[in-house]
Amino acid sequence: MARILVAMSGGVDSSVVAGLLAEEGHDVVGATLQLYDHGAAIQKKGACCAGQDIHDARDVADRLGIPHYVLDREQVFRREVIGDFADTYARGETPVPCIRCNQTVKFRDLVALAHDLGCDALATGHYARRVDGPHGAELHRAADPARDQSYFLAATTREQLAFARFPLGGYPDKAAVRVVAARLGLAVADKPDSQDICFVPEGRYDSLVTKLRPDAAAPGELVHADGRVLGAHDGIARYTVGQGRGLGAASWDGDERLYVAGVEAGRRRIVLAPRGALETTEATVGEVNWLIDPPVAPIRCSVKLRAREVPRAATVSWDAGTGLARVLLEAPGIVAPGQACVMYDRERVLGGGFLRAAGAVDSTRSAA
Amino acid sequence: MTTGLSLDANATEPLRPEARAAVLAALDLPGNPSSVHAEGRAARRLLEDARGAIAARFGGRAQDVVFTAGGTEANALALHGLSAGRRVLVGATEHPAVLRAAPGATLLPVRADGTIDLAALDAALAAAGPALVCLMAANNETGVLHPIADAAGLCGRYGALLHVDAVQAAGRAPLPAGADSLALSAHKLGGPKGAGALLLRPGLDPTPLIAGGGQERGRRGGTEPLPAIAGFAAAARAATDQAAARLAPIRDAIEAAIAALAPEARFPGQGAPRLPNTSAILLPGVPAETQVIALDLAGVRVSAGAACSSGKVGASHVLAAMGLGGDAACTIRMSLPWNAPEDSVERFVAAWAAMREQVTRRAA
Repeated sequence: MARILVAMSGGVDSSVVAGLLAEEGHDVVGATLQLYDHGAAIQKKGACCAGQDIHDARDVADRLGIPHYVLDREQVFRREVIGDFADTYARGETPVPCIRCNQTVKFRDLVALAHDLGCDALATGHYARRVDGPHGAELHRAADPARDQSYFLAATTREQLAFARFPLGGYPDKAAVRVVAARLGLAVADKPDSQDICFVPEGRYDSLVTKLRPDAAAPGELVHADGRVLGAHDGIARYTVGQGRGLGAASWDGDERLYVAGVEAGRRRIVLAPRGALETTEATVGEVNWLIDPPVAPIRCSVKLRAREVPRAATVSWDAGTGLARVLLEAPGIVAPGQACVMYDRERVLGGGFLRAAGAVDSTRSAA
Repeated sequence: MTTGLSLDANATEPLRPEARAAVLAALDLPGNPSSVHAEGRAARRLLEDARGAIAARFGGRAQDVVFTAGGTEANALALHGLSAGRRVLVGATEHPAVLRAAPGATLLPVRADGTIDLAALDAALAAAGPALVCLMAANNETGVLHPIADAAGLCGRYGALLHVDAVQAAGRAPLPAGADSLALSAHKLGGPKGAGALLLRPGLDPTPLIAGGGQERGRRGGTEPLPAIAGFAAAARAATDQAAARLAPIRDAIEAAIAALAPEARFPGQGAPRLPNTSAILLPGVPAETQVIALDLAGVRVSAGAACSSGKVGASHVLAAMGLGGDAACTIRMSLPWNAPEDSVERFVAAWAAMREQVTRRAA
C-alpha cells in the first residue's frame, strides 16, 4: 500500500483513477485545483469561486471515503498559464495552455506537494502510459489513440515522470472508463467530457487576451505575402498560422484560397498566402524537455506539431549550446509558432518543446 | 472521525453534554412559542428561560436579547439595523461576517500585534459625523483581544455606537463592558449550530433584517428554533471563563515546545492579550495549506486563513493586516476545545514536528 496523491478535476477520468487506487487498497489523498474564479469566468456576480467540478470532485471523494482538499492555485495559474496564454498571442504565436498547466500547477507543484505530504506517487487521469524502462520511467502514448494526451505531457520532466502514475493509459477507450465509474457507483459516470480551454468557458478567448494584452487587440493589416494589402484586422490574437477562417473578404485572392502564413507582432500584420506557400520542411524548437538522454547525433523519429495530428516522420538535431532542436520534416507541413513539437519513437515520447517562428533568434527561452 | 486530535475549536466547539441534553429535551416540546395555548406557553417558557440565561451569563436585560440563526446574522443585524445615519467603521481584522455585512465601511488598521490602533480609531471618529464602530472582542485566527474598554471610551466621547463581535470571546474570556451591542454564536461556545444572539443596550432598537411574524419583539421574524436556543443557553451556562482559563497553560506549553524545537517558528499575536485557547503558528516558507493537509493526514485537525465554502485554504486578511506579508500564508491556527485532552501538548507537538521534518526533508 502506498500513499498516492490523486489530482481530481471532478471529471470522470480522474474520479475513476481515485476510485481504482482506493479499491486497490492504497492510501489515496484527493486534491482538486481551484485554478480560476469560476464565478468571474461565467460573469455571474457573487457566484462562488468554485465551479461545479470542484463540488463533483468532493462528492466523489466522499463516496470513496478518501480525504480530499481544494487547493487555491488562482494566482499561479493566472500568472503562469493565463499570463503565458496572453503573452504568447501577443508575440504572434499560438499557445498550448494545457501544456503550461501540466508543466506548472499540475506536475511541478503537485509533485512537490505530494512529497511534502509523504506521498509515494502522484496519479492523474491523463491518457498516457508511464512505462518502467531500463533507464527509468518512460512516457508512452495511450492505448486509445483517440484519447492519447501524451502531447500535453511532453513538458513533464523525467523526475516528475518517475513520480507520476497514469492508471488510464492502458484503457481501450473512454467507454471502458465510464463502465468502471458506473461500477464504482460514481455519480460522474455519465458526465460529459470537458471542452475547449477551461478558463474560457464560453470559448471566447480573444476578449480575455485583449484584457490582459491590449496590444494583441490593436488593429492592423491583412497583407498578401507578395506585399499587397488585402484588408484590416482587429487584433493579431485572432490568428494562427494555417488558419483559413475569419479572414473575411481577404479569404480569396481571385480564385485562390488564402490562409494565415505568418503573424508579425511587431508590425501588427497578418501575412496571408496560398496553402502551398505555408508548408515547410524545417522547424526550430526551443524550451526542449528531453525524456531520453539528450541526443548527441541527429535522430530519426516522428513528430507531432499540433495536438490533433498523426505523427510525421522527421529528423531532429539537438544543439545543447543554443538549447534549440532543428526539425527536418520528410514531407512538408505547417508550423504554427507557439505550438508544441513532440517527438516520438513509435509509442514512446522522446521529448518536446515549443515551435519557434522561422528565423527567430531566441536565447531567453531556451531549455530550462 | 472520532479518533485523532481536533484542535479547531474556533471553527466550532464540540457539543457540550449539557447542551446536547437540552436540545434533546426541547425536541420533545411540541409547541410554537407564539401560540396562545398551553403548548405554546410551555414553549414560550423554555424560550424565555433561555433568554434569561443568556442575559445572566453575558450581561444585560433578558428583553434585550434577540435570538438569531447564528453569529453571522447577529452581526448583520447590528450592522444593518443600527447604522442608519451613521458612518460604519470596522477593524481590518474583523470576520467576513462583519466585513461583508458592511461593504462600504471604513477599515480601521491594527497594530503589528493585532490589536486595534486606538489613535487611528480616535482620528476616524473625530473626522466626521456620528459613527457605528464594529470591533471583535477576540480574533478568530489569532485569539488577540482588542482593547474594547478603551475603544468604548472613545466611542462614548464622540457619540458613536460600538458593536462588538463577541462570537469567539464569549465563553472563553470575560466580555468587556461598554458595548452597545454584542454578537454571540451558540456553536462557538459548545452549543448546537443554528442559534446566535444579538445583545442590545437598553433602548437600542435595530431595524429588522427579517420582519416576518414579529417574533423577538419585532426585531427578528420567524419561529424561534427552540432546540438550538435551549442548547445555546445550556452551553452558555456551562462555558465559564474559569474553565476556559485552564486551556492557557496547555496553549503556552505547545508554543514553548514548538519554539524549542523550531527556532524559526513564530506566533503572531503572542505579545498581545489573547484568548486562552488560541495560537497562530507560523512556519516560514511552508504554505499553511500544506501544513493543514499534512496534519489532517496525521489525524490532527487545525485550520488556516479564512474558511471558504469551497473548502480551500484561503489567504488570511487578518495576518496580512498585521503586516506579516508572505508569511501570512505560512500560518496555521491551533485552537483548543473546551474538552481538550490532557495529552494535547505531546500529541500536537509530535505531529507538528513530524510535519516540519517532512517538509524540510524535501527542501533539503
